[in-house]
Amino acid sequence: MMKSIKIVALLFIFVAMASCSDKQRNPRVQYMPDMYVSVPYKTDGSNGLNGTPVNSRPVAGTIPRGGHPAYDIPNTIEGYDKAKAEVKNPLEASEENLANGKKTYEIYCATCHGKKGDGNGYLAQAEKFNGIPNYKDRDINAGSIYHVIMHGKNLMGSHSGQLTYKERWQVVHYVEKLRADLLK
Amino acid sequence: MKSVFLHSKIKTYLLQSFTFLLLFNLSVASAQDVDEARQKEGRKLFKSLCASCHKLNGKLIGPALAGVETRRENDWLKSWIRNNAEFQKVNAEAREAAEYHPSAMTAFPQLTDQQIDDILYYTTVGEIKKEVVADTTAVAGGGKQGAPEWLIYILCAAIIVAFLMIASLLKQVNELKGNTKPEVQSNLRRDLEELWIGVKQNTFLHVTGTIFLLLITAYVGFGLLFKVGVDKGYSPLQPIAFSHKIHAGENKIECQYCHSSAKHSKHSGIPSVNVCMNCHMNIAEVAEGTEIEWDGITYGKAELDREIAKIYDAAGWDKENLEYTGKTKPIKWIRIHNLPDFAYFNHSQHVTVAGLKCQKCHGPVEEMDEMYQHSPLTMGWCIDCHRETKVDLKGNDYYKKIHDELAKKYNVEEVTIAQLGGKECGKCHY
Repeated sequence: MMKSIKIVALLFIFVAMASCSDKQRNPRVQYMPDMYVSVPYKTDGSNGLNGTPVNSRPVAGTIPRGGHPAYDIPNTIEGYDKAKAEVKNPLEASEENLANGKKTYEIYCATCHGKKGDGNGYLAQAEKFNGIPNYKDRDINAGSIYHVIMHGKNLMGSHSGQLTYKERWQVVHYVEKLRADLLK
Repeated sequence: MKSVFLHSKIKTYLLQSFTFLLLFNLSVASAQDVDEARQKEGRKLFKSLCASCHKLNGKLIGPALAGVETRRENDWLKSWIRNNAEFQKVNAEAREAAEYHPSAMTAFPQLTDQQIDDILYYTTVGEIKKEVVADTTAVAGGGKQGAPEWLIYILCAAIIVAFLMIASLLKQVNELKGNTKPEVQSNLRRDLEELWIGVKQNTFLHVTGTIFLLLITAYVGFGLLFKVGVDKGYSPLQPIAFSHKIHAGENKIECQYCHSSAKHSKHSGIPSVNVCMNCHMNIAEVAEGTEIEWDGITYGKAELDREIAKIYDAAGWDKENLEYTGKTKPIKWIRIHNLPDFAYFNHSQHVTVAGLKCQKCHGPVEEMDEMYQHSPLTMGWCIDCHRETKVDLKGNDYYKKIHDELAKKYNVEEVTIAQLGGKECGKCHY
């Protein structure tokens, strides 16, 4: 009798210690898992038909409803010059566009380029990223800003995937406004 | 525990100051023959103008600049820096240099002779040797890791020994008082047996005992049942030791910088490797002294640099030549927050329309080295928030009338989500 009580107590202590020491690495048991995870393939699933992902990319040359033709100016010096000379902002610099541009700029650009566009963002101050230019020192216009958002330049990577078409042009408006303010 | 911590801290300081004293002469000697003011000025200019494309050691977009003065004449460098495009027209060597990288170097006509000389001075002397001090912290850091564990074991042993000593002392006191050991035991056994017989014969105790046991079982049982399918605290081991604390906390990168689909889409997606590379193209190594807690182990610089190399492996990035090889492979992140398929949830509705902070549901992500599920994500949890949250109806003229009517119906100033229909079954289950 006493022996079994001792064993039970020991087991209890062991289980208590084991359960609170570590992180929960596996998901808990589900009640009726076929209700939780539906049977059909998911379009974004990692394995679709015969182990290959399905529908992961749109068919080449197609444009989604309400979308815009792909930006086809290549990421070269000539492409940059071409964008600078030819590409124009389709949106007007309205208050709404500037406000949304500001919001977007502060999420995607300000960490490096700074809230004022002076190249003094938090990552620059912390010396994680060096040599971020001040917008006023660079001869940029709407076309070249858009080109750089699409393709990146030098150490800046492409931000085309994080922003929609409209957001990119709104950011372009806001960057031009920042630059005008800095040049004052 | 506190004393242990204090002890290890004192030890760290002692070690640090001792090593510092040892190496003090060395660091002074190397700093003496450098004009610190010029170096500082040059460093500042270099960091703000050149460093986006050049490093002192190792190539970036442009070539490494350490010791560039030994490779080119001072006048040549000045003309090149001021306006390399013009300079290329008159100088054959410059044309050759321009072929280093397809992108053209920016012209810096605004720099004075003195400023260019300062930059060049910095490229020649490099950093003033602060590394010596940094090294000592690394040494002491190593000591810090080992010390507490040892001490904890020793302390535990000491406590156990102390208990044993007290126990034996008490026993001796008992024996001296005349209570001999065997008598105590038999007394206890007899008492216990009498108690047991008493309990067996008492019906009232039987009934209350049974009720008590049933209640406990029900409590434990329900507790276990309510955990079924609820993954609060779920923290799977991810393929890369990615710390949200470093990225969102210390470096203050916005959540939506990486999780950019949260604002327009149902899902707040896992960022693609392209987004990692936006920064990690430049950052191949973590800063000295960076540490994270991962799977119960402290990861230092060496381990974390290996984690960054995993991104390069996935992106097919050649770190030495700074180009993509094209050999990519996916990073298999493990999804943590996963609602069952029969519940509809939309991120954009919450992030963009309601303007909620991510932390409201995901908890203090900026303090988590290892990501875990902060909220239970149960239906009750959803409904609680929908009952409490007032809807911001400003600037929504199209629905103004219906909002006013609703406010009148419920006799409130501001309607909650639940009053707007956020408690309807069909909103989330269809």
